[in-house]
Amino acid sequence: MEITVTVNEEQYRRSIEPRLLLVHFLRDDLGLTGTHWGCDTSNCGACVVWLDEVPVKSCTVLAAMADGKRVRTVEDLAFGAALDPVQQGFVQCHGIQCGFCTPGLLMTARWLLDHNPDPAEGTIREAISGQLCRCTGYENIVRSIRWAAEHPDGATP
Amino acid sequence: MLHPGERRDNARLTLCLTPLLRVAAAAWTIPFMQVPAQFEYERASSVEHALALLAKYGPESRVIAGGHSLIPMMKLRLARPEALIDVNELAELATIEAAGGELRIGALVRHAELLASEVAGELFPILHDAERVIADPIVRNRGTIGGSLCQADPSEDLSAAFTAVRAIAVIRGEDGERTVPVRDFFAGPYDTVVGPAELLVELRLPIRAGLGSAYTKVGRRAGDWAVAAAGAALALDGPNVTEAGIGLTAVGAPRFVAAEAEDFLRGGAATPDRFEKAGVIAAEHCSPAADQRGPVDYKRHLVATLTTRALHLAQARAEG
Repeated sequence: MEITVTVNEEQYRRSIEPRLLLVHFLRDDLGLTGTHWGCDTSNCGACVVWLDEVPVKSCTVLAAMADGKRVRTVEDLAFGAALDPVQQGFVQCHGIQCGFCTPGLLMTARWLLDHNPDPAEGTIREAISGQLCRCTGYENIVRSIRWAAEHPDGATP
Repeated sequence: MLHPGERRDNARLTLCLTPLLRVAAAAWTIPFMQVPAQFEYERASSVEHALALLAKYGPESRVIAGGHSLIPMMKLRLARPEALIDVNELAELATIEAAGGELRIGALVRHAELLASEVAGELFPILHDAERVIADPIVRNRGTIGGSLCQADPSEDLSAAFTAVRAIAVIRGEDGERTVPVRDFFAGPYDTVVGPAELLVELRLPIRAGLGSAYTKVGRRAGDWAVAAAGAALALDGPNVTEAGIGLTAVGAPRFVAAEAEDFLRGGAATPDRFEKAGVIAAEHCSPAADQRGPVDYKRHLVATLTTRALHLAQARAEG
């Protein structure tokens, strides 16, 4: 079947099998490998992208379901060389160790801050409760997102 | 954390499945598969269109909305539909409204939308209690109310919540609409009374003055299925219970109902002693199975405690 999906403001038209999952469409068909393919069971959240402005786990969404819709991936966060404040926060607060869970966490963090610019620590923990990090123990991830909340315009040069 | 390309096994993939399905998955010594088997995909543009597509493709077709139960099952070949009818575009089924003495919840309402609904939380706080502990926020963005009920998973939370408040399911077929009490909706684990050419379109919750409701759950970690959970709805007339509804999750209660405990409470006084006794009765009459979430006696203990707690909370809200 033919689908047309707008990914990061760019329109793509591709011929796919209906059983193709959105995460594989993004990675294999479009080459957008920033979105990670993790547990494959909607548990780990490494594959979180936005589908029509709502974060979803793309390992459990069919690419066919994205036909005619907008998808936003981690590749869209930085503006040129300027990192999004959530990306800067992960750098500033060492929210990354191996980095595998990071793309999904960044997409959830960006969505959270768009809807709640000053979330309490508990709110952040609840927001990322569907995402697994096996390195950091979450402390620095929470700090990273708080940093982004406190620096909505990013770091001052 | 496992990375792409790394060898995985079925046990890993079954993490998202409930205990009963895991046993079924483990029994299948199939090679790891990352994508579902082939199927036809159709996107429905209206309820009538969805029904026509279901009729066209027959009993081997399945309705898909959020897909957060069906797609993992398809990856494991526990489900292998020949056609998927995507109902995600049916905005007519995605509304929540209080009308005609009922709270009407469309089948396509997402968990996150039900949790965000003020009218739902005000009239039936049990729904917000349950939604807060269903999966995780990202899964709740996608999963739907109708999908949860039609999956008929014995560990699913909303089934017990809707059972407690005696919700009515509205099912549409090509010949029209029929209503079924949620208490008669489940035909067994993973089985409902919805026919192959029918669609669950709405849940209707009768609004009743003086009703209080609550849901309490014990899980092992954030987002996990319940070890056990209990939902309670109480209608009070002064100190007396005029109607009681108790739904139990994941403990083998027939159709999620704790009928004997409800009978005990109905017509009696709403007192701590009687709530405790109702919990004991609920625990006696359910049939939990031992699994990695705990042994039978622990689960019965939870049923007694959680039922009593839910009753207290429901009472406080009814009097609130």
